[in-house]
Amino acid sequence: MAATAHRPTARKRPAGAPTREPVRRRGRVIQWKGYLYALPALTVLTVFLLVPLGQLVQISLFHWDGISVSTWAGFDNYTEIARDPQLRAGFLHSFVLILFFSVIPIALALVLAAVTTRAGRLRGVSVFRAMIFLPQVVAMVVTATAWTAIYAPDGVLNTALRAIGLETVARPWLGDFSTALPAVGLIGTWLEIGLCLVLFIAGIGQIPAELYEAAKLDGAGPVREFFAVTLPGLRGQITVALTLTVIAALRTFDLVYVATHGGPGNATSLPAYEVYNRAFGTGQVGSACAIAVTLTAVILLLTFLITKVQPQEDET
Amino acid sequence: MAERTPRRPRRRLIAAAALATGVLTGVAACSPGPSGGSATSAKTSGPVSTDPAKAGKVTLTVWDQNTDPGANVSTEALNKAFMAKYPNVTIKRVSRSFADLKTTLKLALSSANPPDVVQANQGYPDMGAFVKGKLLQPVDRYAKAYGWDSSFPSQLLDLNRFSPDGKTWKTGNLYGVSQTGEIIGVYYNKAKLKSLGLSVPTTLGGFETALAKAKASGLQPLSYGDADKSPGIHIFGVIQALAAGKPEVRKLVFDEGDAKWTDSGTLKAATTLRRWADKGYLGSGFNGKSKDQAVDSFGRGKSLFLLEGTWQSAVLAPKMKQNVGFTALSPAAGQPPLTQGGEGLAWSVTSKSKHPDVAGAYIDFLVNKNGMKVAASHGNLPALPPADYKPTPGTVDEDILTRWKAVSEKDGLLPYLDYTTPTFYDTLTAAVQELTAGHLTPKAFTTRLQSDYSSFQNSR
Repeated sequence: MAATAHRPTARKRPAGAPTREPVRRRGRVIQWKGYLYALPALTVLTVFLLVPLGQLVQISLFHWDGISVSTWAGFDNYTEIARDPQLRAGFLHSFVLILFFSVIPIALALVLAAVTTRAGRLRGVSVFRAMIFLPQVVAMVVTATAWTAIYAPDGVLNTALRAIGLETVARPWLGDFSTALPAVGLIGTWLEIGLCLVLFIAGIGQIPAELYEAAKLDGAGPVREFFAVTLPGLRGQITVALTLTVIAALRTFDLVYVATHGGPGNATSLPAYEVYNRAFGTGQVGSACAIAVTLTAVILLLTFLITKVQPQEDET
Repeated sequence: MAERTPRRPRRRLIAAAALATGVLTGVAACSPGPSGGSATSAKTSGPVSTDPAKAGKVTLTVWDQNTDPGANVSTEALNKAFMAKYPNVTIKRVSRSFADLKTTLKLALSSANPPDVVQANQGYPDMGAFVKGKLLQPVDRYAKAYGWDSSFPSQLLDLNRFSPDGKTWKTGNLYGVSQTGEIIGVYYNKAKLKSLGLSVPTTLGGFETALAKAKASGLQPLSYGDADKSPGIHIFGVIQALAAGKPEVRKLVFDEGDAKWTDSGTLKAATTLRRWADKGYLGSGFNGKSKDQAVDSFGRGKSLFLLEGTWQSAVLAPKMKQNVGFTALSPAAGQPPLTQGGEGLAWSVTSKSKHPDVAGAYIDFLVNKNGMKVAASHGNLPALPPADYKPTPGTVDEDILTRWKAVSEKDGLLPYLDYTTPTFYDTLTAAVQELTAGHLTPKAFTTRLQSDYSSFQNSR
């Protein structure tokens, strides 16, 4: 706890204050001026973020079709989230997506990062890295459209499966109730792996070479080296990757909007998609806002938990 | 990106939360949406001036959904002609696809400066909500002045009527008129039908026999792809129309009387659709195939039938030339055809329009005899086909005109099922996917629909 309280102060004054006491006192005075500098940004933040956020919470307490007079709903819209099996399923689906957006890409990217840094002297490694990062650059709508074509009943994937004699495995991946959600998830895996890889490669570059040398002297092979040096050295980056990808998983909207419309049935319906659908499609603006508030709360909570899990001394 | 840190000093987080809570308590006092009383100040009654030339300099903002090639060109042409006739009027056209219009129109209409003329979709989800929010003005006085009330059959006019509170459809004020007509029907491949020794089916039973025969001979009976979710409504609607009949479907969608979605007619329709899926008439992988892929595969001669709207003729005719035909089915031999359909989106005048009379004149320009003629000449199906409109014999356009007349003149038009409740599109499309995939029994399917319906009835 003590370390936590100290850190922000220390970071604000990298010049390094000799002792804690004078920093505090001088800090008071300077801080107020500091807020003055921050005022323009704070105003923008208030007008464009906090006020809408307040309105969001406000509307979530009403039944409103977006046009006519609203009626007070209290927490009806929230209890509906708990009661409606379709909405609950939506939240469950996004937790499944965390597996595909976060866990799998991070695991794969760790392996890839370890391999590519060891093979650092190979020619064309940067091209390879760029290719893996490419999905991050491409617009989500393009990605979703391309993958829809790949997953189509007569798409590349099924054609390939048939070609190697796996006819029985071929199916309409996005149209099959059992495979639609994992299929959407795998698109996320493909998307996020590049981000994780770039983060990890950068992180490995920051690990002191002496540690690797020491590990070698101790007779560690590549696997031991990975677990003893690389993995602990990457904890900071893993937290960053985890935060970013978990948020990406939870707020997935465009992917589902383009690829499945939440279907088949409601097999790939997600909270963020429901927010859009209810606000602009079915005229349930209050309910949409309640889902948005809940989703925001879940994201904040998870982000907070992730930062809690991260050991403090691993800040790079 | 690597520099980004996920950690935020905790104190700031707490401060933000406190600030948000403060803002919240501040704004929770007032409620969203218009505050009670009517905000409309524009003149919506009194004598109508039918001459836009006398209106002075006017800019008319028009939002339409005519983005399909044929509809786009004819709307463009009519706008130009209107401005040529009345040089004092400038038309500012905003054209969006149906889905985009549906999601943005509400915001546009409730803004301080809405467009003057908009295309509003019929039914409770759109037009009903707009009327309830007092965003559209009644056009009865224009209907009288321009004679729409006599030129349009009441069946079509009623689809654009709502009670002033927006709670009851098909009665009360008129809130717009439509320029085009549309029905869902059966497109068939003439050569394939002939090679199977079949004649054009006229009833649901005959259609099912033809499906079975095609399947048995190794030909894909129907092209169907429901990944977009909307084709499910059409196929189920057509079967329901024939299985449940006119009175039951109308009662359900228009919310008249005591019909239930769990009644035998709808159940029978669900059972039929499930049987088609189980027997492979719908092909395989249909829930992962898009509507366009299905239309395309029928167009390339991969299947015998396609259940689709008349709007697809513009896509199919150039590909299949004279080999494509169109028909609508009857519940039983000798009865008139019965199917889903109606009219294009209604052209409506907004409440806040500063020039309602010019808007009325503009709408009349679109839907009068000349307007219909221009629409037809660009491959659209006019709601009121002019007497001298004759498509080339043997083309699908000729079939469509014949069927449209047969259906609309013999009261065979049934409303689209998504008009039923604001959430019905969602409920029904998802349920059809589950029904055809075998995840819902026909009985559970009808229960799902009924529960959406009854919660809407209770909430009104």
